[in-house]
Amino acid sequence: MRITCPLCGPRDRREFYYYGSEDYLTRPEGEDWDAIDAHLHLRNNPAGRVRDLWYHDMGCTSWLVVTRDTVTHEVFGAALVADGGVSISAKMKSKGGAA
Amino acid sequence: MADLIAKTPLWGQGAVVSGGVTLAEVDLGQVTSVAPFVGQEKTLAAALKPLVFPAPNMVSAKGAARLVWTGRGQAFLIGAVPDGLDGLAALTDQSDGWAGVSLTGAGAVDVLARLIPLDLRDMAVGACARTSLGHMAVVLIRVKDGFELLVFRSMARTAWHELEVAMKMRAARLAC
Repeated sequence: MRITCPLCGPRDRREFYYYGSEDYLTRPEGEDWDAIDAHLHLRNNPAGRVRDLWYHDMGCTSWLVVTRDTVTHEVFGAALVADGGVSISAKMKSKGGAA
Repeated sequence: MADLIAKTPLWGQGAVVSGGVTLAEVDLGQVTSVAPFVGQEKTLAAALKPLVFPAPNMVSAKGAARLVWTGRGQAFLIGAVPDGLDGLAALTDQSDGWAGVSLTGAGAVDVLARLIPLDLRDMAVGACARTSLGHMAVVLIRVKDGFELLVFRSMARTAWHELEVAMKMRAARLAC
């Protein structure tokens, strides 16, 4: 499996560390403990297209959002978390309980 | 007061030649991490001249001074003193943190193919990459007759061992 880092180019999977769902970028505001509980612990496990956080630890040390398919293992693309399109503050929103 | 003798990361290790490939220690001299402050890019560009802040995977060089891309918004200034950059970029002295080795000769690319998960055959002089050497993080620089590798100083002997073993295994395979 290869991931094309937006900075480094196509790289082997071994250069990356998997962190988890991109849900980690959307931290709930305030003290809605159910939402925080869901944010920390509740994840869907879809067969198909997912968007996950990966860390290019053996490369440029950038955080990436990688879109891939868990059934075919196809990687559709990767974007820098820092690129603004997926900035943490812009996506900060409260999710009411489990999605 | 005691006169302290500075030792290189590989303690003066002599060069090793195997299969036409030479592994040698490189004295990097002063190494400074340069991370431009937001909004200072233009002033920094003027202060860096004749070097330019490198694009990803590139090296800017002038004489002995090199600016090597090492990550998003970060480059290593090697072989030069970072004069006139105060206030324009975050500067961190990395001189004692890194070990440099060179791998030169026609077969260098075949040696590295055993350790680095990149196709280096078409890598141009003046390009660099942050990647892994076995399980070690490495800054790889393509130079005229081979490669230079920067590894964490604590990994200097391990990197040397890995490279030496790969060189000798390749040489043995050639002799078969």
